[in-house]
Amino acid sequence: MRIHPRYTQRLAVTILGGATLLTLAVLVFIIVFVLEKGLPVVNFRFLLTNAEDMGRSGGIFTTLIGTIVLPLLAIIVAAPLGISTAVYLTEYTLETKVTKIIRFGTDCLAGIPSIIFGLFGFIFFVTTLGLGWSILSGGLTLAFMILPTIIRTTEEAVKAVPKSYRQVSFSLGATRWQTVKRIILPNALPGILTGIMLGIGRSIGETAAVIFTAGSSLRLPTSIFDSTRTMAVHFYILAREGLSSENAYGTAATLIIAVLAINLTAYWMMGRFIAKRS
Amino acid sequence: MFRKTIGLFSLAIVVLLIAGCGKNKTSITLAGSTAFQPFAEKLAEQYMSTHANVSITVQGGGSAVGVQSAISGAAQIGMADLVVLPEEAKQLTPTIVARDGIALVLNPANKVINLTMQQVREVFNGKIKNWKEVGGADSPITVVSREAGSGTRSSFEQIVTEISLTKDALIQDSNGTIRETVANDPNAIGYLSHGLLNEKIRAIKIDDQECTTELITAGKYKIVRPIFLLVKGDPQGEVKNFIDYILSAEGQNTIKTTGLIPAK
Amino acid sequence: MSLIGERGVRRILAVTAFSAISALLLIALFILNEGLPFIFRYGLHDFLLKSDWDPQAGKFGIYPMVAASLWVTFGAMVVGAPLGVAGAIFLSEFVPKSVMRVIKPTIELLAAIPSVVYGFIGVMVLAPLIRTQLGGPGLSLLAASIILGIMILPTVISISIDSIQAVPQSYREGSLALGATTWQTIHMVTVRAAKSGIIASIILGMGRAIGETMAVIMVAGNAVKIPHSALDSVRSLTANIALEMSYATGLHRQALFATGVILFVVIIILNSFAIVVLRKRVYKK
Repeated sequence: MRIHPRYTQRLAVTILGGATLLTLAVLVFIIVFVLEKGLPVVNFRFLLTNAEDMGRSGGIFTTLIGTIVLPLLAIIVAAPLGISTAVYLTEYTLETKVTKIIRFGTDCLAGIPSIIFGLFGFIFFVTTLGLGWSILSGGLTLAFMILPTIIRTTEEAVKAVPKSYRQVSFSLGATRWQTVKRIILPNALPGILTGIMLGIGRSIGETAAVIFTAGSSLRLPTSIFDSTRTMAVHFYILAREGLSSENAYGTAATLIIAVLAINLTAYWMMGRFIAKRS
Repeated sequence: MFRKTIGLFSLAIVVLLIAGCGKNKTSITLAGSTAFQPFAEKLAEQYMSTHANVSITVQGGGSAVGVQSAISGAAQIGMADLVVLPEEAKQLTPTIVARDGIALVLNPANKVINLTMQQVREVFNGKIKNWKEVGGADSPITVVSREAGSGTRSSFEQIVTEISLTKDALIQDSNGTIRETVANDPNAIGYLSHGLLNEKIRAIKIDDQECTTELITAGKYKIVRPIFLLVKGDPQGEVKNFIDYILSAEGQNTIKTTGLIPAK
Repeated sequence: MSLIGERGVRRILAVTAFSAISALLLIALFILNEGLPFIFRYGLHDFLLKSDWDPQAGKFGIYPMVAASLWVTFGAMVVGAPLGVAGAIFLSEFVPKSVMRVIKPTIELLAAIPSVVYGFIGVMVLAPLIRTQLGGPGLSLLAASIILGIMILPTVISISIDSIQAVPQSYREGSLALGATTWQTIHMVTVRAAKSGIIASIILGMGRAIGETMAVIMVAGNAVKIPHSALDSVRSLTANIALEMSYATGLHRQALFATGVILFVVIIILNSFAIVVLRKRVYKK
């Protein structure tokens, strides 16, 4: 039996559209659920005062600092490494045994559970290198964790730059590096930024790897050798221990708003960049 | 763009480093029992408010960590809430600073008010599977216990005796999460530190004895364990002062008002 | 960069290209170093296939956790992969570009919601629903699968969209010009051309599901038990490590690192398998 293509078309659109709506509905529900319960708690006082009584009362200032510093450190380490790895793989070599091994390694690293990163960071940075539970240990562990994300997305973005661009650049006498620097990276930038954003997002939301490496101290860190607590960890502790559901929701809402702000900034930067070039 | 971020970041670090200088305090670290941790933090807060030259950090980790870190020196004071201290703790000086009842808790929607010790044993062993077998509604029992290694769990099992936990038991990794799980599930039963009871859950009587400070002190409520502070060698200096403070009338009063049972 | 020269740049890039694989090797080295001695001592067979986990009594069988991890990941894939890929196709092929430009960033934003928030919603909303409607303790394999399935959606959708959009417009035009409907074009041309990206998105999603720890601890109930139904409480390998790590000493602690070794090996095997499948299909084209 053959169903007319027009009907399969309609069926497909209905199913795909339904799946999309369901997905969006679930995701919107989660955001609304958290913001609705959390936003009333969030104000400047909440953001700028320290937690008291293990977080039962007071604000989240120190965890805000932790949440800014840890992902920042991770990106500073991982972004240059990841972008240059991707550029090397796509622009500088042909498919060889070595690139296959590198790709395999990257894919494997991407699949490593965060708890393994946590165990590793604990054994390597915290214990073996003697960095203790610190911002440094946590940031470096997170850098390891987001490296594959940045490599993969950069690779995709670089691959998406049309071949003809490179041909034109080479035919004008540009070297490979000049081509990469002036043609490929600028064209791939939106994709690269997406990768960096995904990396920041993953580090902000990470709990398992952070608890084992950066600890969960509520004190204000005075150096990168101090332990810190991120908002995600704070939320986890507040919510699970039932310390204060009010402050827990407030923390979660702040977290979501922070991520929203980061994303908007990135898109604004991207927009300005595109406008400048055209 | 990265150069700018790096610049900002190093600036931030410099500012933080400068802000961190100029402190010259004696620092004491307590680590171990998560059951005693919140009380230790409260005691530390009070102590620091009158002793500005001391900085006390309290970390969790569990009783085993308390023993280990006191031996290794990672913490000056280890906290442990075990009925029997492990062999390696022999080299430490133990001080009982409080006692703690372990309450069996149910969801407030559950109407059962009393279990015998034998019933508790059979519920946790999985022999009694339904609330109607102990006079409750006809619904399956959800047993909630602590993870292997927990001081509260080993104390609970040592006092109740002959427990081999049912495989169906949900496992949670702290007093707080036990409380939340029981608060969310009308069929659940769990156990937690008497000091951490609140209105979301209800403690039941064991052998008709209520889990209250009076009955625990009188020795009528049986599921009680000591809380030890462990120090390597003899306590000295600020460490001794802090332990003395906890044992003083004021410290013991704090322990009492926050829900634990005083040492004496 | 002219100071370094073309060859210098190549050399620097070649060195950094080994960053990921070095990281992987370093991680492997340290985890194996902590966990392998225990496995040799206890015996791989007993460790993997005995179902008694009682560290106080010296029993370390992790078979229930292995089974749980596989089931939870499978469940998450059943929930998340079809929804995610369908969403990606619909958003990139049937929705106007201007709408897409708003929706895609929104979805990417969701990837950044901490897993613990998903876990918490699982505890507050999903678990009570399962308990009252379907029975069991609520904190269960099913709850974990659904929550993880939702959690991987942003990863799957975002990367699938990127790869679908990277398919040259001329492919679609060619197919449409030959008289194919939009749907025929999508499943015969576009999706096939974007296959490697879509599969990559699912692999990444799978990695996130099997590796998730905190959300699983929160919603799965953590009973050490081989699941007989989706309503049973289970404990994943990841949960086993995180739950007991802070209290563990001596042999118990080594056993947890050994659990990490098993998790590590399972992941490497799964990934290799997925990568091989991915390669094969690329060659067929």
